[in-house]
Amino acid sequence: MDWSDSPEQATFREEVAEFIVERLPGRYQSGSREGGIVQSWQADRKSVDTEARDSAMNWADALAEKGWIAPHWPEEYGGAGLTVMEQFIYNQEMAKAAASPVGGMGVSLLGPTMIVHGSDEQKAEHLPRVLSGEVAWAQGYSEPSAGSDLASLQTRAIRDGDDLVINGQKIWTSGAQYADWLFALVRTEPDAPKHRGISFIVMDIKTPGITVRPIVDMGWQEPFNETFFEDVRVPAANIVGEENRGWYVGMTLLDFERSGISDAIQYERTLTRLIDYGKSEAGAKHYRQDWKILRHEVAERYLEIGVLFNFAFRIVSMQNNGMVPNYEASVNKLFGSETHQRLSRTGTKLFGLYANVWQREGEHAPMNAEFTRDYVGSVPHTIFSGSSEIQRNVIATRGLGLPRG
Amino acid sequence: MDLGLSETQELLKNSARDFLENESPEQLVRDMEEDEAGYSPELWSKMAEQGWQGLLIPEEHGGAGFDFLDLCVLIEEFGRALVPGPFMSTVLGGAVPLMEIGSDEQKAEFLPRIASGDVIFSLALTEPSARFDEEGVECTASVNGNEVTFNGTKLFVPDANVADYLIVAGRTDKGVTLGIVATDQPGVEVTQLQTIARDKQAEVKLNGATGQLLGNDGDGWDALKPVVNHYTVAECAYLVGLAQMDFEISVDYAKERVQFGRPIGSFQAIQHKCADMVTDVDGSRFIMYKAAWSLATDQPDADTQMSVNMAKAWCSEATRRVVAHGQQIHGGIGFTKDYKIQLYFRRQKRAELAFGDADYHRELVAQQLGI
Repeated sequence: MDWSDSPEQATFREEVAEFIVERLPGRYQSGSREGGIVQSWQADRKSVDTEARDSAMNWADALAEKGWIAPHWPEEYGGAGLTVMEQFIYNQEMAKAAASPVGGMGVSLLGPTMIVHGSDEQKAEHLPRVLSGEVAWAQGYSEPSAGSDLASLQTRAIRDGDDLVINGQKIWTSGAQYADWLFALVRTEPDAPKHRGISFIVMDIKTPGITVRPIVDMGWQEPFNETFFEDVRVPAANIVGEENRGWYVGMTLLDFERSGISDAIQYERTLTRLIDYGKSEAGAKHYRQDWKILRHEVAERYLEIGVLFNFAFRIVSMQNNGMVPNYEASVNKLFGSETHQRLSRTGTKLFGLYANVWQREGEHAPMNAEFTRDYVGSVPHTIFSGSSEIQRNVIATRGLGLPRG
Repeated sequence: MDLGLSETQELLKNSARDFLENESPEQLVRDMEEDEAGYSPELWSKMAEQGWQGLLIPEEHGGAGFDFLDLCVLIEEFGRALVPGPFMSTVLGGAVPLMEIGSDEQKAEFLPRIASGDVIFSLALTEPSARFDEEGVECTASVNGNEVTFNGTKLFVPDANVADYLIVAGRTDKGVTLGIVATDQPGVEVTQLQTIARDKQAEVKLNGATGQLLGNDGDGWDALKPVVNHYTVAECAYLVGLAQMDFEISVDYAKERVQFGRPIGSFQAIQHKCADMVTDVDGSRFIMYKAAWSLATDQPDADTQMSVNMAKAWCSEATRRVVAHGQQIHGGIGFTKDYKIQLYFRRQKRAELAFGDADYHRELVAQQLGI
């Protein structure tokens, strides 16, 4: 067991840190990101604001020089081919600097899935355009009647010559309003058992018949969408992997490499800023008069972040030793999302009545209302990508071998 | 960066598990609850043959020269098997302080005898004030050359009933001062307490008890700090092993116990408890090992201190949650004396309290966070 870097790891860490200092555009250098959902880079690249657009492009170019847009992809596909330990270090340093990742779901999910299951033509068409930042991707998995029970999805794709004709509806398609392409799970064989009749398919989001409608969330933001399909005609050649085996294609790769450690580091930074704020002049005003009764609660948050770091570290360490994480990734998601909510709650408690303030501006907004907004914004964290209840089911049945109910 | 065990540690873990399954079965654990001495001298000798009392002791003093991380791997197995007896008292309360501040003569005199299993040590730190800090030491000490004489009362001294020597903390006008006190003298009076874990803790009255000065007059507290840190993390390792076993027994039970025509482990109400248990066991293990690693590799003092306090704060509370779930999953059978799960529940409380519970250590974490 060793929590310290080997000399090679230390060198690599330094290289990443120096790169970030030199190349990260000012727009991304500080400031908080709430909720962990809004992908600022994805929004920026389509922004009307030229500074935002330039920043997004410059940052993507800088990362592309190193192959660090997709550090975990093999080099033959334009990634950096980093080992899992190098990715872990890369992700840590990016998170420490609060540097926005580039490429969104194209890099984290679509690419790795296509590298494993895609045809040569599909890879040649799509992977370079993910890396160049030319094409942003969104994910169409959930449906109104298929949330936790994802495999019951009903969006239908019916064969018509060389095409598939798609009808149905997806929901919670994060970032679809900024995306150019969509990867989705659709039902291609309605009579098969529910996991066996699904295909993984990709499509241009501007294909006629697709309508994207933003959903206004409880924080009055629009991070998610509903996506409707009305006689959408997509070439059958756009199926990735085998037809009707899409469930297994979609479940192949989980993005646990990035999310785990980035979250732990982000929360630690957030907690540190919260503590420092209490020592500032403004903080003395916004911290409730009796805040000291919450000292142990703050300390408990610090402990949890330490535990979360180790959970993320464990997954990487297992992979590095040739093991395949099983229930461990679910522990990570479960504990991380619940820690996130507790952290935002502790922040709001420290601010007492000032936790009412939603507006970011003005003398009455503690830390630009970051914690109040995150108190609302963190609500989906225990729900998306497998709710806490689903994670506990997975841990109990897949991890501990308890019988399914 | 790596979270795996080394080959040596893997070997140590496996051999310890096999050995303890045979040599420290449930029946022995139960017998020792009612035994006057509270340990099996036969097992004690066999453990010495395995090299365990001397695991941490350098080879020049008859030990195996392993590091503290290795020791924690072993102690995790002790927690799993609920091994009764004065192992932690002797190793953490005796060998560690001797290694930290003993003179060359004292090391040569005592360490080989600890390694061979010939002597039992314990640490007499806490008093009726039940504090773990420097101010808690009120027992008086007076130094005369290489000798020190103690007057006062020590309380919650583990295994004092069988210890040959106590490392005693007393106070001179220069501050906290340590001594190595033989228990076979008239000035040492040991009264055993009945405890929740049915382990052996005692009140020790010192009436002019005399022993060798350990370290220098007045520097005892500085010397004790690393001792307390090591002992604290060792208690965490014990808790992790104990909680792991409680969890495994409970999951097995949930798979076997049938109600409403199906195993109770198929109900989500039980499944989710089990999922929370494994989360708490695993979380405790890594935060404990981080502290152990920090001590073993001599990380910067501030980092080490923080990691020790974090470990005990977390392990104390997380393992309490685990054993509480363990009881609930077992239902009625769980609170009978005959069934094994209660053995873990009661022992968890002892280790939770040892060297401060979660509230105590969370306070120290808060102070280090500057709040």
